[in-house]
Amino acid sequence: MTAANHPPEPEARPRAGAVVVGASAGAVEALSAVLPGLPAGYPLPVLVVVHVPPDKPSAMADLFRMKCAVAVREADDKEPVAPGTVYFAPPDYHLLLGRNGELSLSSEEPVLFSRPSIDVLFESAADALGPGVVGVVLTGANADGAAGLRAVRAAGGTAVVQDPATAQAAAMPRAALAACPDARVLTLDQIAAFLRGLGDRHD
Amino acid sequence: MTPKPESTDDIELRLLLEAIAGQYHYDFRGYSMASLTRRLTQARDHFGCRSYSRLQDLVLHDPTAFPKLFSFLTVQVSELFRDPAYFRALREQVVPHLRTYPSLKVWVAGCSAGEELYSLAILFREEGLEDRTLFYGTDINPEALKKAEAGVYELDRIPLFTENHQKSGGKSSLSDYYTAAYGAAVFDKTLRKRAVFSDHSLVSDAVFAEVHLVSCRNVLIYFDRELQDRAVGLFKDSLVRKGFLGLGAKESLRFSAHAGAFTEFAPHERIYQLRGAR
Repeated sequence: MTAANHPPEPEARPRAGAVVVGASAGAVEALSAVLPGLPAGYPLPVLVVVHVPPDKPSAMADLFRMKCAVAVREADDKEPVAPGTVYFAPPDYHLLLGRNGELSLSSEEPVLFSRPSIDVLFESAADALGPGVVGVVLTGANADGAAGLRAVRAAGGTAVVQDPATAQAAAMPRAALAACPDARVLTLDQIAAFLRGLGDRHD
Repeated sequence: MTPKPESTDDIELRLLLEAIAGQYHYDFRGYSMASLTRRLTQARDHFGCRSYSRLQDLVLHDPTAFPKLFSFLTVQVSELFRDPAYFRALREQVVPHLRTYPSLKVWVAGCSAGEELYSLAILFREEGLEDRTLFYGTDINPEALKKAEAGVYELDRIPLFTENHQKSGGKSSLSDYYTAAYGAAVFDKTLRKRAVFSDHSLVSDAVFAEVHLVSCRNVLIYFDRELQDRAVGLFKDSLVRKGFLGLGAKESLRFSAHAGAFTEFAPHERIYQLRGAR
């Protein structure tokens, strides 16, 4: 799909509704450069899929709770999303955002060998929020997130990809860029600043 | 978050679910739309339909299409002793309470191909409770119920089942309970001699027995909150006073209309106990 197929990203964008983030190999380092930059009282929910092993409890939420000014939780089924909160997908479940603003989990088949799947989260958020969704694809060694980011753009949302040259694993950002050539290509510091900026505009 | 206005796809989806409910009496309208939409999109693509309306036409007029569509609509993913910590908590914390009853009934709601029920039957046998227990396994999927009756699983799933069983505090060897033949593991028929598998819908059917334990795991995640409330209401009305309800690892009663009727018995394993006074 070329950039021309996407609806234009308007200058005065509608209020963002949620940020969705996907990361795989190198996720902890990358997220450590992004999530702790979100200020307390950040006005958006942030939903994160990290590829983690299915058979043990994930340390992600505990790890980032200590580093972050915003609240950090592992998502529970049918939990209403709250602003200023980071939700991690639990191991072995897909995480989806519903139009009613509630999180849904699913044990459906892995997608691209992944459960949780970045594509599943992004596609659901694109469907739920349309132009109000901001999708961010970070480092990773597979192609998960590419189809999801395309869905985000097709719905009029904002696509952000970590600059592959700065990613610990470049395959995932590269695949996302191939699927979504007009995405903003940013370094981790720039992504942190961009997400903070969404909060400013929201006030 | 402002919801989007209804699109053409949305209208067609709504009508498709209405058509299925009208013609086949399976009502998916209270399912969690985020994941149901995904499965319906897969079904639409599988049948080569350009739109949900075309899929609706196919499903209403081609009687062979519905069973195939049905397999997309229901999620059948389970394993023996899935989440071993749950079974360990049942064994160590719930079984001592269950021992105090002269006879027991256990309801596995949404039993899929029977993995959970066989797990409980093995656990109850290990704990010496099997002979006083009747197990009900219910599901809306007739194919899954047939598989559950048969108790035959692919042999390549057995290493995971065995590991789960050990982690759950298993007191025997899982290999005591099945015979391997032709790439399949056939579970011991005596495990289901006290089991009844039957068609029952949490969407539309009523309470059918008084039970001491309900195990319903990774079923409620496919329902929206209203339907979850209906299902949990059935569990509440089925359970004896101080009876137990086990949910999936990421399911909770936190957002349920019935939260107040239960106490968190083993919070981390999502085991709840019905309060004494009703």
